[in-house]
Amino acid sequence: MTILAVEDLGITFGGLRAVDGVSFQVSLGEVFSIIGPNGAGKTTLFNLVTGIYRPGRGTIRLAGEDVTHLAPHLLVRRGMARTFQNLQIFFRMTAVENVMVGHHLSERTSLLADMLAWPTVARQNRRTRTRAMELLERVGLAHHAETVAGELPYGVLKRLEIARALAVDPKVLLLDEPAAGCNAVETEAIDRLIVRIAESGVAVVLIEHDMKLVMKISDRVLVLAHGRRLAEGPPREVRNDPAVIAAYLGEHGAREADRAHG
Amino acid sequence: MLKTLLSSRLAVLLLLAVVIALVPVLAPSSFYLRVAALVWVFALAALGLTILMGYAGQVSLGHAGFLGIGAYAVAIGPARLGLDPLLSLVLGAVLCGLVAYVVGKPILRLKGYYLAIATLGFGLIVALVLTSEGAITGGPDGMQVPRMTVLGWRVSGIQTWYWITGGALLIGALLALNIQASPSGRAFRALHDSEIAAAGVGVDVASKKLAAFVISGVYAGVAGSLLALMNGFITPEAAGFMHSIELVAMVIIGGLGSVVGTVVGAAFLVVLPQALTMLHEYEQAVLGLLIMAFMILLPAGIVPSLRRLVLERVR
Repeated sequence: MTILAVEDLGITFGGLRAVDGVSFQVSLGEVFSIIGPNGAGKTTLFNLVTGIYRPGRGTIRLAGEDVTHLAPHLLVRRGMARTFQNLQIFFRMTAVENVMVGHHLSERTSLLADMLAWPTVARQNRRTRTRAMELLERVGLAHHAETVAGELPYGVLKRLEIARALAVDPKVLLLDEPAAGCNAVETEAIDRLIVRIAESGVAVVLIEHDMKLVMKISDRVLVLAHGRRLAEGPPREVRNDPAVIAAYLGEHGAREADRAHG
Repeated sequence: MLKTLLSSRLAVLLLLAVVIALVPVLAPSSFYLRVAALVWVFALAALGLTILMGYAGQVSLGHAGFLGIGAYAVAIGPARLGLDPLLSLVLGAVLCGLVAYVVGKPILRLKGYYLAIATLGFGLIVALVLTSEGAITGGPDGMQVPRMTVLGWRVSGIQTWYWITGGALLIGALLALNIQASPSGRAFRALHDSEIAAAGVGVDVASKKLAAFVISGVYAGVAGSLLALMNGFITPEAAGFMHSIELVAMVIIGGLGSVVGTVVGAAFLVVLPQALTMLHEYEQAVLGLLIMAFMILLPAGIVPSLRRLVLERVR
């Protein structure tokens, strides 16, 4: 079932068409990857879809409803969650608190109750903490729960971001380079994690430079170049597309191609 | 174990209560009680900034404006409108909340330096209005604050005000600690670290900032009312720029985001000038040097820096 439908999306920055008429659809339970050379407009596309940028043209539909101009925090309410290319972690909070913030929308307390430490607040806190711990468990970080996030290594924080995004119970999860800067073992763990998330019925939209990872776990791949769609289809098809090889794999040289085939 | 103890709500409140109870025993002169009561009042005002700056990460260089509004509420209410002083205090707090809401809504969209200057402007306007509306406020010379009577009991004497201000500080500290550990507090602290990620999990960043601003305005307003009632006299200087800066300095010197630190910071900036008066003309210079020394030696603020040192030693 199609959950996210993007149509003819575009934005211009000072004359540069950063994203230029891109359309795609993603279904529940699918891993949909967006690849392309640096500057192709991948992250800009994410920022458009998640409401951080206002699109100059085009529409975004989530579960059939037009959400094109909704603010980010309102999109979350409708089941859209994301992680960030450059980590956006709450560095002064513990790992478990980071995930607890992710549960913010399901918490039923008021500011007044919070100030007065009403008994409902303590109950709410316990419930949120339990659910956050389950998510930390799921991404394999339960043992780091009480560590301040600022003291955790990069690879761990990447997974913490995913746990926090899962806390909003998303239908669509957008992951912006989840394996960037991670070593082989960490990448492997994230790879398995993404597959499990998709299997649980979430639509995963993935930006990733690690071609091996992309080709292995994606159901479909969208190739962007200069803000436009270059190709779209199953990994095998896209990998052998002459236009893709010329624009992306070719330009990036043998190293990227090797990784893609490795 | 030590870490949990140092950060538990009950421990912080007990510590504050013990200190408040011990001051009259150790320093039973009305001069010391007055200085200590001033510490509690300014700590209460600064606690509001701890919520705004320490939790939510939004700066305000105009918070003495709220101090002034609260102070003049208990002066103008009874003297000009014939209102009960206690009611005036409550109305003053409500007024501060409303003003914070109206002012905060447009300016909290600004960030960092720009927000600082906008709030600075707010503080200046309040001080200006209080100075120029002489017919109501008594102008630059200020005005008498009628004595408060509660159920026929005339509230006066530094002893009494010592306990009232101390009690108010304890309540303020309790509420601030409650917020910190609640869903609202987590949302505040989250947007402090990353607004984009906070919005990305559904936190309504604008309304949370506004909530923190309103709460902090009410804190400063109540503190201003207590200050005016205790002194029995008030001038527009209460809303002055120097007080706004002092409040910010208290929060930072004591330790951003720390409730105990806020009280320590308030004590630092209220007690030291008193203690340094014997240095006469060097007073301000020495105070300035001490502030610089403390920030260099304890950059995270007095309480968090010392806490870290203790925890490292134990480990």
